[in-house]
Amino acid sequence: MDEIKYNPNIDYGTPSSQSAKQVTLTIDDREITVPDGVSIMHAAAVAGVMVPKLCATDSLEPFGSCRLCLVEVEGRRGYPASCTTPVAEGIVVHTQTPKLADIRRGTMELYISDHPLDCLTCATNGDCELQDMAGAVGLREVRYGYDGENHLASVKDESNPYFTFDPSKCIVCSRCVRACEETQGTFALTISGRGFESKVSAGNKSFLDSECVSCGACVQACPTATLIEKTVIEAGTPEHSVTTTCAYCGVGCSFDAEMKGEEVVRMTPSKNGGANHGHSCVKGRFAWGYATHKDRITTPMIRKSIKDPWQQVGWDEAINYAASELTRIQKQYGSDAIGGITSSRCTNEEVYVTQKLIRAVFGVNNVDTCARVCHSPTGYGLKQTLGESAGTQTFDSVMHSDVIFIIGANPTDGHPVFASQMKRRLREGAKLIIADPREIDLVANSPHIRADYHLKLRPGTNVALISALAHVIVTEGLVQEAFVKERCEWDSFVEWRDFVAKPENSPEALADELGVDPEVVRSAARLYATGGDAAIYYGLGVTEHSQGSTTVMGIANLAMATANIGREGVGVNPLRGQNNVQGSCDMGSMPHEFPGYRHVADDATRALFETAWGRPLSKEPGLRIPNMLDEAGEGNFKGLYCVGEDIVQSDPNTQHVTHALENMECVIVQDLFLNETAMFAHVFFPGASFLEKNGTFTNAERRISPVRRVMRPKNGYEDWEVTTKLSEALGYPMPYNHASEIMDEIAALTPTFHGVSFKKLDEMGSVQWPCDDEHPDGTPIMHIDEFVRGKGKFFITQYVPTTEKVNAKFPLILTTGRILSQYNVGAQTRRTQNTAWHPEDILEIHPHDAEERGVKEGDWVGIVSRAGETVLRAKITERVQVGVVYTTFHHPESGANVITTDNSDWATNCPEFKVTAVQVSRVSQLSDWQKHYKTFSEAQIAFAGKKAEAAKVS
Amino acid sequence: MDIKRLISMANQIGDFYESYPNQSHAQEDIAGHLNRFWALPMRKQIAEYVNVQGGEGLHQKVQTAIKAHLQI
Repeated sequence: MDEIKYNPNIDYGTPSSQSAKQVTLTIDDREITVPDGVSIMHAAAVAGVMVPKLCATDSLEPFGSCRLCLVEVEGRRGYPASCTTPVAEGIVVHTQTPKLADIRRGTMELYISDHPLDCLTCATNGDCELQDMAGAVGLREVRYGYDGENHLASVKDESNPYFTFDPSKCIVCSRCVRACEETQGTFALTISGRGFESKVSAGNKSFLDSECVSCGACVQACPTATLIEKTVIEAGTPEHSVTTTCAYCGVGCSFDAEMKGEEVVRMTPSKNGGANHGHSCVKGRFAWGYATHKDRITTPMIRKSIKDPWQQVGWDEAINYAASELTRIQKQYGSDAIGGITSSRCTNEEVYVTQKLIRAVFGVNNVDTCARVCHSPTGYGLKQTLGESAGTQTFDSVMHSDVIFIIGANPTDGHPVFASQMKRRLREGAKLIIADPREIDLVANSPHIRADYHLKLRPGTNVALISALAHVIVTEGLVQEAFVKERCEWDSFVEWRDFVAKPENSPEALADELGVDPEVVRSAARLYATGGDAAIYYGLGVTEHSQGSTTVMGIANLAMATANIGREGVGVNPLRGQNNVQGSCDMGSMPHEFPGYRHVADDATRALFETAWGRPLSKEPGLRIPNMLDEAGEGNFKGLYCVGEDIVQSDPNTQHVTHALENMECVIVQDLFLNETAMFAHVFFPGASFLEKNGTFTNAERRISPVRRVMRPKNGYEDWEVTTKLSEALGYPMPYNHASEIMDEIAALTPTFHGVSFKKLDEMGSVQWPCDDEHPDGTPIMHIDEFVRGKGKFFITQYVPTTEKVNAKFPLILTTGRILSQYNVGAQTRRTQNTAWHPEDILEIHPHDAEERGVKEGDWVGIVSRAGETVLRAKITERVQVGVVYTTFHHPESGANVITTDNSDWATNCPEFKVTAVQVSRVSQLSDWQKHYKTFSEAQIAFAGKKAEAAKVS
Repeated sequence: MDIKRLISMANQIGDFYESYPNQSHAQEDIAGHLNRFWALPMRKQIAEYVNVQGGEGLHQKVQTAIKAHLQI
């Protein structure tokens, strides 16, 4: 029996089944064999028979309410609903009989009798399942007029910025309610009332004021125009679509950009998206309007000084000016005086050509990427222990987990689409351990989910926690020694075992440091080690510490010691913040590594790239971002090519960053907008949005997905073309004709990408690296038979408290994070209607700390650290613990990073964003920095708006 | 680069290896880390600080590692 090939363009009505048992039945004289457990409706669709339906869709469990999908089964009485009736061996099903036709017509007649007949002017005209079904059942008349009671005068809810809810068009099929429950897991919608009074309700609130997270699952599921995108209402139905990949978080959702010509009408999540399976969040689904925002700059600009207005110039002039300045600086100050920074918002191809430019043309390895300030400890820690700088699983692996252990991550805000999948598994019964100083939603604020253990540790004590957990596992005999003996370096294990077994690493000994009941730590350790397949998911709450790399290695230690690695349901899973964190690291944008994580000092690798690129390459590691900034501050680093990154807003100690930039003589920024860094730039190369270019992104599960151009770049060029133009101006042409040729070069030079090509991505949709001759279809789960490094290596994880201490002057710890509706520095999401949910960054403070300071809800509070001061509004909440305050950094005027310090991870210099000692007090005005920022940024924005003749560039 | 910054960074690396039972290996690893991840000018500066200026403020094991194993 051939495996059934599912067509993502077909709605099978009900979900598929994972059963290995096959069942053969006959439907309308067609014999079909399907997995046991699927519905008759599903089997019919596989056979090419589309049973009429309204309340069924294959992303949701069957509901059986619409009564359109009735069938006849020979030998059975009545007319069972095909969506809720499972297949059975040998049954004979008829989907079209005169009696069924009568029933369906009668049912449709009732539906239509309470539905406006405005099809020709309806926004879903031509894209409406109700309309389709009226046709399918042959409805020709509606005998009941509108004289009786009906819902046609129901009032629209237009509160959500992105979609409307028109109850007059609702058929109460519950698809939206079920999508909110089953797909998203928010349970914001319900059917209120009974009988004729039944209606979809967002908890008797407007959609905007309700628990709705605007993921779009309800809109996607709605078979009528009841829930519909406002863009469709405005623009009409799209006429073609292109599958591409979201440019937001590290989940890497696949989307169909539904177009009218070169205008995006809507972005709908692709049903066959490997990472998202047809689901989405408010950012990817709706917040793409920034791509055409009026703030975009599409003309190159140059200027001599940041005190000058910008001069708009043509591309050639801008490129030549940048090239001449970089050349001048290297002649004047030495080759080491320049470098570049890529962003995780860049495609793989853009990152690759940028690091190539810097290594081969600048002649230095001074290239770094924004992973420096987020997941660089992941790259280091997992390479050391497991042998590869990447997560070990697929997202789907979570559906096999018995225990989910989240450390320093907030999936419902940071990785919402994966969080929905995780929540589904949790609702099925998986156990949950959360280690986080703050009460994230998954602790107790998600419907039907409650963490079994919340280890509410003090910020900065992750390593102590990891050691305490390991202590329990070792001293209580929970180590899987057979696995360790076979798969790991035994000597390293013994050293680690003896270390963690020391009394000072016990939960009791570390209790005061951690602030967590030792018995809870013990119970959590036992659950992780013995609760079945256990998977660790972690985020920046692990990495952005002075011991970030140590914690990553400690996590790998735990996974190896308990044999929770190398199969489905387990593993070490870094949740990458941005869309292409993994890819930007894969592509060699770290100063010590070529693409594929090969050190620059490795002679064979260097020779490979020297041959391919035809230039000598340095064997010395280059400067990391903080090193570049330090050197610039002292006058030794003078030129920077910054592609897609905004270090002024996203890096710590803002005033240190801006001082460094002010000391540089040529800062080149390539971006969509005049971002905070561009305000300190001398050359501005306008960038292309993800909708305007070809390339690939690699998500947190190593999934390489296509980014496809759906419209012409508004700036004239795809970003990789800009970089190659700069390279050519510097005397090194890179004659690529298309982004696919860059990927071909990557594949030729990088073993883990050897089998990757645009053609393969078009065929497969996406592929997880390593993708090579041995694994032509990619590698979903890593380290199955052996670790990439051969034997797994344990590392001793000595807890070293941070030097960022609280004292009488700075008695609180500030920790930072993200929120669902905003993304990173907010350059994109702040230019969308997502600001409806998060118009400003706020400071969360515990009631006890607020009361001590006389702070009330909504008060302006000053936050002072050793690095600086800023002012935010206070939100009083017990989500944070006593002694800890929390904020986000999505708005530049907040100055969250004015107060974070230069402290960083010992191995990677990843900033210690999560621990800053501060004092908080009520204030009545903005901080000095904020006042200066306001004046400075207004001037800079005005400079960008000046006409060319007003500029002073000579 | 500000030598205080380099001292702090090097000491942090030393701290990681504090509990390694074989301190001889630890010293190789400390210097190995500097060799693999620090740019040459940074390595030269810290080496000069140890070898010429006495290395005040640097943990002893870090100084020993730099003297024995740092590549410059």
